[in-house]
Amino acid sequence: MLKEILKILQNDARTTTRQISAMTGLPASEIRKLIKQAEKDRIILKYKTLVNWDKVQNEQVWALIEVRVSPQKDVGFDSIAERIYRFPQVGTVYLISGTYDLFVLVTGKSNHEIANFVSQKLSHIEGVLETVTQFVLKRYKEDGEIIEGKEEAKRQPVVL
Amino acid sequence: MPSDSKSPPRKFRISQRASQLSPSGIRKFFDLLASTEGVISLGVGEPDFATPWHIREAAIQSLEKGYTMYTSNLGIPELREELSRHLRSHYNIGYDPATELLITVGVSEGLDLAMRAILDPGDEVIIPDPSFVAYDACVILAGGIPVPVPTNEEDSFELSASAVAARITSKTRAILIGYPANPTGAVMHRNKLLEIVELAKRHGLMVVSDEIYARLVYGIDHTCVAALPGMKESTILLGGFSKAYAMTGWRIGYAAAPKEIVAAMTKIHQYTMMCAPTMGQVAALEALKSGENSAIEMIEDYNRRRLVIVQGLNDIGMPCFEPKGAFYAFPSIKRTGMSSEEFAERLLTEEKVAVVPGSAFGRCGEGYVRCCYATSLADIEEALARMKRFVVRHRKR
Repeated sequence: MLKEILKILQNDARTTTRQISAMTGLPASEIRKLIKQAEKDRIILKYKTLVNWDKVQNEQVWALIEVRVSPQKDVGFDSIAERIYRFPQVGTVYLISGTYDLFVLVTGKSNHEIANFVSQKLSHIEGVLETVTQFVLKRYKEDGEIIEGKEEAKRQPVVL
Repeated sequence: MPSDSKSPPRKFRISQRASQLSPSGIRKFFDLLASTEGVISLGVGEPDFATPWHIREAAIQSLEKGYTMYTSNLGIPELREELSRHLRSHYNIGYDPATELLITVGVSEGLDLAMRAILDPGDEVIIPDPSFVAYDACVILAGGIPVPVPTNEEDSFELSASAVAARITSKTRAILIGYPANPTGAVMHRNKLLEIVELAKRHGLMVVSDEIYARLVYGIDHTCVAALPGMKESTILLGGFSKAYAMTGWRIGYAAAPKEIVAAMTKIHQYTMMCAPTMGQVAALEALKSGENSAIEMIEDYNRRRLVIVQGLNDIGMPCFEPKGAFYAFPSIKRTGMSSEEFAERLLTEEKVAVVPGSAFGRCGEGYVRCCYATSLADIEEALARMKRFVVRHRKR
């Protein structure tokens, strides 16, 4: 049942306890308990809002950076990954298969700021062998949500 | 020459048969709806999802490749083969794709063909009341006589064999049912269906079963009438892609029946329709081949909204039995003392929520309204809040 609750919340974090209770048949008190526990267990990490920043005056730049590193004895990639993800401007870090080892998503106020981060911080981390920085030119879809041109149902208001 | 200012001279004549069809009884309601803004509609009869992208993509590719010609009258062979596999895997029933399956322009055409293929003038067809509005009309258009059989909320709008038995005459030719049901959301449990088909067998009646909502069932398995013991030979099974795969606008359905009946239906289809739209058939093939995941996701989503609206309706004083199929809830409005038509009109005017009066679906729909929950959760909640105000204001008992 927790899975079903998580699915519902992942789709819309603002779904109310009353709605989840109707959808699952569990009493509201039970739902609250399960959610509290999931938060405590770090199954639910955070509730956040998906924003289309292009629609608000906001200068923000995104870059996808692929990083090749030399894994270290005992800790493998984890300690290098940690040294990278500790930076607050780093939003996402994944270990990936293929030519590169780490995928890093960075945000900044300008290209310059991101360039500085790469040249001054990232490439100086011990074990980082190579970086490829790719600036995001346009965002089409984010977390499953089409950013512009989302389809709307054009239905007849009443059909028998 | 007598001239009457009230009735202009007649230039043409409308056939008795066409005149006999009831103009959708809620014309006034439709007009009112068209002139009202800011309406939340629970009056729709189709999914709120657009067709899954992979299905649309397949259709686009077919256009690019130039698949723009007629298909065989029966429909694209590959689609019939895939459909045959689909029916076998879901209901364990075998239909020969070459002779026992016909691709139609939605279930609507399938229904019309079925009636025209089996009815002679004066033949009676037993139909549950309330039912989808086209059932009556298609029987009448084929020269038959619809015989409504009352169903009621106490029985969760399931058709009872004894009520059917009481209406069988020497003229009865067929029983026409559609479960999961529009407008009630009712399903027929297997044991109840068995009683109905026993009656049909005993009296030599065809069962025409509209199973367009077959995939939209919640917490219960769908029983396919044709798959019941000994029923393949006397069932015309009608189905389609509109509801499960969100493909209403494509107009693709199918009929599965004994080959003599499919042959008769195909003759009519060939002269009146030629074939179902080619692009739609290609899309339907893609839906059968790889649409299962998208279908399941949509069904799970309907179920969540179903549970919210049913609980909501019961909470606000519009008592509602639990509909286990389709995407409709059918709450009672009897506490307001209004007719269902008056309720729908006043709800629209006063609170800008559109629901469909139950009386549009037959006499036994009076006292109920149809609420479609294939709409966003936010709209469902807002509609419930508005209906609550309305019901509280007009509560008689």
